[in-house]
Order: sequence, then C-alpha cells, then structure tokens
Amino acid sequence: MKSLFALAAVALATAPALADADPADWAAVEAAARGQTVFWNAWGGSTATNDFIAWAGGRVAMDFGVTVQHLKLTDTAEAVTRVLSERQAGVDEGGAVDMIWINGPNFAAMKEAGLLFGPFAESLPNWQFVDVDGKTVQSDFTVPTEGFEAPWAMAQVVFMHDTDDLPQRLGSMAAIRDWAVANPGRFTYPQPPDFLGVTFLKQALIDITGDAGALQAPVSDATYDAVVDPLWAFLDTLTPALWRDGRAYPANGPAQLQLIADNEIDLAISFSPGEASAAIANAQLPPSVRTFVLDAGTLGNASFVAIPYNSSAKEGAMVLANFLMSPEAQLRAQDPEILGYGTVLDMEALPATARDAFAALDLGVATLSPAELGQVLPEPHPSWMVRVADDWMLRYGTGQ
Amino acid sequence: MRTTVSWGALPVLTLCVLLGPVAAGLWGTLLPAFGHLPAAGQTGPTLAPFADLLAWPGLARSVWLSVFTGLTATALSLGITILIVAGWWGTRPFVWVQRALSPLLSVPHAAAALGLAFLIAPSGWIGRAVSPALTGWDRPPDWLIINDPLGLSLIAGLVAKEVPFLLLMTLAALGQADPTRSLRVAQALGYGKVTGWIRCVLPRVYAQIRLPVFVVLVFGMSVVDVALILGPSTPPTLSVQIVRWMNDPDLARRLTAAAAALLQLGLVAGALGLWCAGERLAAWIGVRAIARGGRGRGERALRGVGLSMGLVGAAAVLGGLAGLIVWSFAGFWGFPDALPDGFTLRNWSRQAMALKGAAADTALIALAAVTLAIVLVVGCLEAEHRRGRTLTQRGLVLLYLPLLVPQTAFLPGIQTLLLSAGAQTGAGPVILAHLVFVLPYVFLSLADPWRAWDARHGRVAAALGAGPGRVLWRVRLPMLLRPVLTALAVGIAVSVGQYLPTLLIGGGRIATLTTEAVALASGGDRRAIGVFAVAQTGAALVPFAAALAIPALVWRNRRGLHG
Repeated sequence: MKSLFALAAVALATAPALADADPADWAAVEAAARGQTVFWNAWGGSTATNDFIAWAGGRVAMDFGVTVQHLKLTDTAEAVTRVLSERQAGVDEGGAVDMIWINGPNFAAMKEAGLLFGPFAESLPNWQFVDVDGKTVQSDFTVPTEGFEAPWAMAQVVFMHDTDDLPQRLGSMAAIRDWAVANPGRFTYPQPPDFLGVTFLKQALIDITGDAGALQAPVSDATYDAVVDPLWAFLDTLTPALWRDGRAYPANGPAQLQLIADNEIDLAISFSPGEASAAIANAQLPPSVRTFVLDAGTLGNASFVAIPYNSSAKEGAMVLANFLMSPEAQLRAQDPEILGYGTVLDMEALPATARDAFAALDLGVATLSPAELGQVLPEPHPSWMVRVADDWMLRYGTGQ
Repeated sequence: MRTTVSWGALPVLTLCVLLGPVAAGLWGTLLPAFGHLPAAGQTGPTLAPFADLLAWPGLARSVWLSVFTGLTATALSLGITILIVAGWWGTRPFVWVQRALSPLLSVPHAAAALGLAFLIAPSGWIGRAVSPALTGWDRPPDWLIINDPLGLSLIAGLVAKEVPFLLLMTLAALGQADPTRSLRVAQALGYGKVTGWIRCVLPRVYAQIRLPVFVVLVFGMSVVDVALILGPSTPPTLSVQIVRWMNDPDLARRLTAAAAALLQLGLVAGALGLWCAGERLAAWIGVRAIARGGRGRGERALRGVGLSMGLVGAAAVLGGLAGLIVWSFAGFWGFPDALPDGFTLRNWSRQAMALKGAAADTALIALAAVTLAIVLVVGCLEAEHRRGRTLTQRGLVLLYLPLLVPQTAFLPGIQTLLLSAGAQTGAGPVILAHLVFVLPYVFLSLADPWRAWDARHGRVAAALGAGPGRVLWRVRLPMLLRPVLTALAVGIAVSVGQYLPTLLIGGGRIATLTTEAVALASGGDRRAIGVFAVAQTGAALVPFAAALAIPALVWRNRRGLHG
C-alpha cells in the first residue's frame, strides 16, 4: 500500500504538461474529436439545464461525431474531487472527467493545483464572437481565466417574487430583511455551502457592508471582522424570520421553485434572469411570479466549462466548448422557454442574421430587459466566501 | 475426491468476494484517518484529522442524531413487527399483510422517502387533501416536518421500510419456532394471544432474527440517501456529513472524512453493544414478568396498535408512491389543490433519454451482480449439501458482516484503493461492490427453501442413474425454480436500491435510476423526481412479478410445484 502511494507521488511529481491537442490547429482537433465520448460533469439538479445539455450533445453528435454523456452532479466539487483523486492515484491520462461546468472557487482550486488542460478557450473558433469587453468572461471571481475555461452563459442575481403575495419590488437587502421580518416564514435561501446560498450571502454582504471595495482583494485577518460583521448582524435579525425559522433550508436553487409553487414562500434568489420565465413555461412556477434587482445593482458572473488535465477526450471537449459558444447554442440557451441564460456573445461581432435572431427573441413575462437588469457588480475574491461560508456554518448551520 | 475439493473452494471464494472489499475498504479508510494521504501532501501517522473532526462544531449534534435515529427506528420497527405478528398471526388480516410484503419491500428506500416527504410536508398531499376545507389554509403552515432537527421524519421513513423487512425475516424464522403448539398451550393456560406469543415464541424467534435486527440498526445509523431526503441538515447525520467531506474540493477534508468514518464505525459498534445490553435487560424483565404470572392486559389495545401502525406504514409507502406517480404526470399543481390542473405525458417524454440510459445501466449492473450472486450462492448451498456440512452460526455472522459494517466506513476507502491500484472506473467495480450487498440477501432468501428440499427426490434420481450434477440441473433447480427466481428478484431489488456504492465506486460515471433520483431530489423538481422514483420502483418490482408469473407458467401442468 505504502509503495502504491509512493508511486502515485512520483507520478504526480513527474507528470508532464500534456500538449497533445493544440486548439490552434482546429481541423486537427475536429478530426481527433470524431468518435470520442465526452463525459461532461455538470450539476444535474435542474431539468431545464439537463434538457439543454442533452440537446447540445445531440447537436455535436450530429455535426462532429462527438458523443456527450452528461454526468449529473449534485455538487460540482464531486468532479473536482474525482480529478484530484485520479492525480493522487497517478491516473494522468484517460481520466473519468472530460469536461466540467465550473466557476468560482472550484476553478480557482483546480487552476492553482494545475489540474486543468489549456490554455485553450481563446483559441476556439467561436471566441471571435465573445464579448470580451462588456462581460466578465476573462476573470472568474477575480481570478484571471487565462484561457483555462471557456464561458458559455452569463448569470446575474435577480429576486423572484410571487406578485399575488408580494406585489412590490424590494430595492435593497435591508428592505428584504424588513419585509421578511414583517412576514415571517415567507422567505428563505439555499443552504450554504450550496452555490446559490453562498451567492445570497455575497449579495447581502456587498449590499450591506460599508467596505465593498475590500472584497476585491484576497481576505485578510486585519479587515475581515470589520467588513463581515454587518452581515452577521443582518442575518441575526433575518434568520428567525426565515421559512422554518431558519432551522431548515432548501438544498439548492430549484428547490426554491417548488417552495414558491407550493406557496410556502413568496420570495427567492435566482442567479439567472430568465429562470423564472422558463419555470413558468414549464409549469414549475405560478404565472404570477416576476423578478426584480436591487437599486445598487446585483452580482453577475459567467458560467464556464473547463477540461481536466487528464481528460480522455480533450479534442471532443473542445469541440463541445466551442459549440456552446456558437450563436446557435447561445440563442437557444437564452430562450426562456428553454433555459433563459444570458448570452456571452457580443451582438456587434455577430453576423446580421444571428443578431436579428437574438433581437427577435421574446425574453418572457418575468424576465427584465438588459436595461432593467441595471448595474452588474463584480464577484468578491473566492477566499472571502470560503471563510464566510465556514463561519455561516458555525453560526447558523450546526443548530447553535 | 477432486470434486470435493473444488466444491469446498466455492464457499471460500464467496467469503473472499464478501469480505475482501470490506477489509480493503476499511484499510483504505484507516490510512487517511491517521493523516496518511501523500497526494494531499500529508504523510502520517498523525492525529490531526481527529483533531479537525473534534473541532467541527456540528459533531456532537450529528453523532447524537445518528445514534438516536438509528436506535429509535430499530426499536420501533422491531416493536411494531412483534405486535403485528403476535397479535395477528394466523388471522385473515395477516394474510393481507403477507401479500403486501413483497411490493413494500421492493420499493427502494429513496423512492419511499421521496414519496413520504411529499405526503407529510405542510404543503404535501395530506395537507392538500384537507385544505382549505378542514384547516382553512390557503397557504401551507410554516411547520418544520421534513428535515426536522430531531430526525423524526427520518425515523418515520426508516420504520416504514424496515417493518416489512423484519416481518419477512420473522415469518422465515417462525417456520422453525413451532409457534402453533406453544401458543395453544399458552392460551390454554389463560395467556392472551399477544402476551403468550411474546413470552413463548418471541425468545425463540428473536434468536433467529437477531442478525437482521442488527442489520436494521447499522443501516439506520449509516444510511445516506434517506437521511439526505428526510433528515435534518443543520447539521446532518454523521454519514451525510462524511459524504459531504468526501466531496469537498479541499483534499484535507478527506482526512476529516476518514476520521469521521472511523468514528462512525465506533458508533455503530457502541450502538450494537448498547442494543445487546438492551436485549439482556428485556430478557431480565421478561423472565420477571413470566415469574409474576400475569396473563396479559390491554391485549386488544396492543393488537390495535400493531395493526394500525403497520397499516399506517404501508399506507405511507404506497400513498407516497401514488403521489409520485401523480406528480410524474402533473401539469401545474399549486397549493392547496388536491390534484394538478392538468395531466401530461411531457414529464416522461422530457426524461425519456436520461431514463433510458439510467435504466440500461441499472439493469446491466443488477443482472450482472445477481447472476454472480446466484452462481456463488447455489454453489455454496450445493457444496454444503454434498459435503453434509451446514453453515455454522459463525459462518452466518460472516455472511452478515458486510451489512453490519457501516457503508460510509468502507466505501470511501474502496474508492481510494481502486484509484491507487489504477483500476479503470466503470461498471465492473460497481458490480463487485453491489455483489457485496446483494449476495447476503440472495443467500438468506434461497438458503431455507434449498435446505428444505426433500432429498429423497435426489435419491430417486440417483437410483435411476443420475450423477450429482444431473440431479442438480434436472431435478433440484427446476423444482426450486420459484425460490431461485424469488432470490433473483430480491437481489435485483437490493442492487437497484444501492445509492452510495454506485455513487462512490462508479466515480460518477455510472448513473443508475437511484443515483439519478437522489440527484434530482436535491433540486426539488417533483415531476422529474416522480418519473425517476416511479421508474426505480418499477425496476425493483417487475422482477418480483416475474418471479411469481414464470413458475406459474412453466409449471402450469405440475400442481405439486405450485407453492
């Protein structure tokens, strides 16, 4: 056993930087991709996203002969763990994970540990259409992507409210707190460390703290308490007024949709401006749901796909990543009847026909227009949220 | 002589298949628990992982939860089982209970939990049925029923599934306990039905169902899927927390997970010890009660409690399943409507692709594991028959061992070992992992009918010139077609229901109906959950139906073989 571990350690130390697939030679990539099977590890808790992934898989199978298998994760960290375990075991080629839907702390961890293939993203043919200037597609939670992940969707925080019970929009986190206290049991958020739950904490922190600028730098012991204390004060007031008195939380974002449909809650956070419209179309939400953003703006970021260094189908994964950035896939993803995700593309860079198709898209009853979505706020450095999520666990997540 | 040797090798092989993975997995857990995980830059031995574990503020609560929910669910399940059998054995309602057993048993734990969650949530089916007419609710009350901090709904979900299991085990044991004559004597002496049963029959039956009761206790303390769905989350039970740590991107958390897995192992051992002490206490009280000579009071109430608890449990499982079926066809379904606005096939067609893939993987794994299991089990039983040696009590404990070690203690270790050995992920290791859990159930299901086979048939065949192989293939197996098929069905149901082995050993590459259903459960989309849970239940149920139908068809002209 010991020798096996030792072997793994040696393999780890000597693992070469693999350069077998060069995205600059795209014809060669497409040729190598034909016949490959890409195991795309992506969170599988949302039916709409699963359908979109299945559709994308069908399209690349048809056009490029690449088979896509969607591995439905309950948490993206599972895929990261898998790649880590494989490196630990010296499986430097032919790994089980070919592509990951990833962003934020998971990306930061994988990039820092050298677990990613690349850079590849900015050499993909469809990169020419990507809105590099207007959208945060080259940094992920302040960490530069440097081509190690390819963007495929833009997300921005909105709040979904059931207008039958909460007709007016609420302009700030303080207003949300006051409304929740006046209407106990009608609001909740996904339980951190769930991605959306942590997003709620971040959004609250940015809106409430006096020093939002500090969040752009890595966390430091010197300033942590001063920056974060207002958040704990906010939560101390809010938590007793939450759904189930804050003694239980929905597991993730889609679980909140069911709670609104069941009329258990009236207000929920979402990281996708089109999610509410898509869910209404899918009969998952009542038609009375609308969305709003905060006066001071809301958090926004991009969803990416990354390829592990030991992926067994790097070329196939690049073909899929490139397809996801195509106008065709982006248009479908933005359709609220399908997915309602924001596009990563620059309308000005697109051919006229594609631009017209985007302009003609009906964004749905509950989706705000780009102008109404207002100010997009940058994500804090990932180190903040690791610490805030841990502290949340101590304060609210262990029954104390 | 040579045949004797080869037949003797089969039980050894079976034991290796059963115990090898458990031992290897525990070893794979032990190393990181003491800080030895070179890939994370850690070399042991060190006690740091245990220090980290102790520093986790939720520890005391999650340990308490695991112990409390496990012990309570086991005690309740056993109590209800005893009351049902004691109060109703040999009556007409008991025949119904027996008929309901197989379907209840085959509903996978996750599906039962998902169905129960929809029934008893404030916005669940029960609430909808009585609202707003009886309650005046036009919105569900803010009551913490699912995920309650005491784990009561988790206990309810476990009890609903474990009572059928213990009932089945009790029925099997009754055959050897001669209850009819004992009860006649007891009742002639003036003891009530329940009291007489508990004092005369239970001690003999309990000795035989003791291991299954232990299995229930271990399962209740370490289950992950049911606890994810019904159990508390602030903090969760220790098993759920172990899986969370295993999945943390920070590798150092794996050391904490390994330390927690060892703690889990210790907790289970402690709880088993506590249970044994409880057995002694119960025996002491029982002997005193017998000596006092009371003939039993409140018999009617006890019988009523037993049957009504059994009915409530069955109704919870079947009603929950009905709810899932309705959801799988539902259009928009708001509160407090008792039924959806409309019905549609869209949910099924949307999931058709994913469903097909998951069903294929489920079938492949189940069939492969069950085939291996039945070959080994028939081989062991035949070896036992030819060598004239039956399984000792110690052998039986070994058979039960994989079910007595908490899954969360050894499965993460297997995952680490498989990777260290450079083994390819895929269906193979998952099938072997399933085999560990499938084999004991197939053995237990087939052993009694196999041994009860009248050996004179074999002697007649031998006298007509048939060798032992021919007797096995042409006489014994055909005559035992029904129990063999039932054992296969039991094995398939067990395999279909496995969550943690599929998730951890499959490395995410294997998506079965169960892993899909549990993954969807976190998303709360009841339509998708309904589709997968119904499919999952179907996959477990259909083999039972086949086990009934096939012998009836094949032996339609052999009246003596209709069991």
